[in-house]
Amino acid sequence: MPDAATKALDTADMRRLRAQARKRYLHDSYVLWKRNPITVTGTLIIVFLVLVALFAPWLATHDPYDQILAQRLMPPSWDNLFGTDNLGRDIYSRVVHGARLTLMIAVLVAAISAPIGLLVGVLSGYLGGIVDEVLMRLSDIFLAFPKLILAIAFAAALGTGLENAIIAISIANWPGYARLVRAETLAIRNSDYIQAIQVLGASRTRIMLQHITPMCLSTLIVRVSLDMGAIILIAAGLGFLGLGAQPPSPEWGLMVSDGRNYLVDQWWVSTLPGFAILIVVLGFNLVGDGLRDILDPHQRQS
Amino acid sequence: MAAGTPNTTPLLSVRDLIVRFYTLRGVVHALEGVSFDVGREQSIGLVGETGCGKSITARSVLRLIDPPGRIDGGSIAFQGRDLIQLPETEMRAIRGADISMIMQEPKMSLNPVMRIGDQVAETLLIHDKSLNRRTARAQALDMLASVSIPDPKRLARRYPHELSGGMAQRIMIAMMLVTRPKLLIADEPTSALDVTIQAQIIELMNALIDDIQSSVLMISHDLGVVAETCDRVIVMYAGQVAEAGDVETVMSDPQHPYTAALLKTLPDQVDADEPLYSIKGNVPSLLTPPTGCRFAPRCEHAMARCHNERPRAIPLTADHQVACFLHDAAPEPAAEPAAVPA
Repeated sequence: MPDAATKALDTADMRRLRAQARKRYLHDSYVLWKRNPITVTGTLIIVFLVLVALFAPWLATHDPYDQILAQRLMPPSWDNLFGTDNLGRDIYSRVVHGARLTLMIAVLVAAISAPIGLLVGVLSGYLGGIVDEVLMRLSDIFLAFPKLILAIAFAAALGTGLENAIIAISIANWPGYARLVRAETLAIRNSDYIQAIQVLGASRTRIMLQHITPMCLSTLIVRVSLDMGAIILIAAGLGFLGLGAQPPSPEWGLMVSDGRNYLVDQWWVSTLPGFAILIVVLGFNLVGDGLRDILDPHQRQS
Repeated sequence: MAAGTPNTTPLLSVRDLIVRFYTLRGVVHALEGVSFDVGREQSIGLVGETGCGKSITARSVLRLIDPPGRIDGGSIAFQGRDLIQLPETEMRAIRGADISMIMQEPKMSLNPVMRIGDQVAETLLIHDKSLNRRTARAQALDMLASVSIPDPKRLARRYPHELSGGMAQRIMIAMMLVTRPKLLIADEPTSALDVTIQAQIIELMNALIDDIQSSVLMISHDLGVVAETCDRVIVMYAGQVAEAGDVETVMSDPQHPYTAALLKTLPDQVDADEPLYSIKGNVPSLLTPPTGCRFAPRCEHAMARCHNERPRAIPLTADHQVACFLHDAAPEPAAEPAAVPA
């Protein structure tokens, strides 16, 4: 039975080699990640944000909504790490709870706008013709305005509130994804294997769902993760303008806005939540840049 | 070597097919009045230079001409139904089930992110909605075994990038034949492969086709492959049929000057020292094709008439047609279709 013996060895070998290749890929990614201290910093910031959001109730020293009017506008101290605001609420506890809101906004906007962009992009790229014209001109209208302006307009039209702010940001966000997915679809639709599946008699729906959408996903996911910083910034902007989260919710943009009147004498009311925004957005942007480098095949050559 | 019986209705009958591409630079006359038949269980070779319309012909039969291309005339009768008139949904039911096509680049023709087994099963699932994934997979495994793939179970779990070109072409053949189509179009199935495995692939294809009793329309620029595997051959030049007939007759005694020239370009193995023959001139631009015979500008026997009039197919025997004025005995087509050697 020499035949069976070699075959068995073959399978085992294959499995080992494949495991090695996977390990190698992960290791290379790790090396590329580690080599760039900026990416490491970004990752740590985001990990920190997620941890803070998860353990907010345990990390907070006070109830974020608890107003102690006798202790209004207290400077940072051991009792109130970041001081208190104009209603005597502990700013540190509010910032910690605000991490949850920030993360929720970012995730929800991605979860709403990415599928819309994917759908529009694939339809437009694969069907072409009039469908493409209509959908792309529509997205052009959205792209003609800066994202923030558009989000402000929609948030104002929909009415204030966190939910509406999330919807407004999503509306401002999808056209970029649609463009990206469309470009990807155009490249894929002329590939030989799409023609092969056409020859086999597959319907257009089947081709789009089974054969094109999966190919667009990886690009889209990278792009969405790159956009996270911008999404958070817009959300904070809406909160600041009073179009997003409403008082008394501990949303960072809203907190910055609350402290505007005291900026000169009680700087901590605005500045400390502002720092939180700055650091988190920075973290997402740094990771985004690093992610692009790690996924770039050219970087792997060395 | 059973040649098709010409007295029954052919499986596929293409008549006066016209395909044009409406590009920004002008109208490309890709096919002008192409006619041919494919009989049941017959294998037909379609030969000609690059750009002569072989692949366009094949894609027209499946009605997969993408814009700006358009089928502008003629008929494609398959089992008595004109495919050009068929609504898209019915056409889709025919694609893959009754007519399949094997393509040139096997590795490119497989979805890179789908496992092999699932891809073969996909063909079955497309055409039989009642089939569940499990039975489709099992049938796919059987098919993989029949294209002589060792250990199909293991291979079914692989992705296309893990395969060699020859392996990938076997998979393509399995995908295209798993539904037992009545007509298989093979668009240069071996030109992307190593010479050493070309013969294997051709052999495998022929064995399977015999087994499921389908007809083949084999597109190739390799006259050797066609001579070996096909019953009939159609020689195309610049979007028109130059000559059509029994393989042995056409190859041994070509009647169209283009066929003769094409055969002369084959390197002669006996006289290795002789310089290679090439046909003078270039394939005409199909944006502004010559008014008469499209081969006339390059033809050694061209007459005045060749430049002005387009030759129609002249039957030399019942099974051998040639579109050339050299064989037009009388100016009117009233003459008997008796063999008139040039």
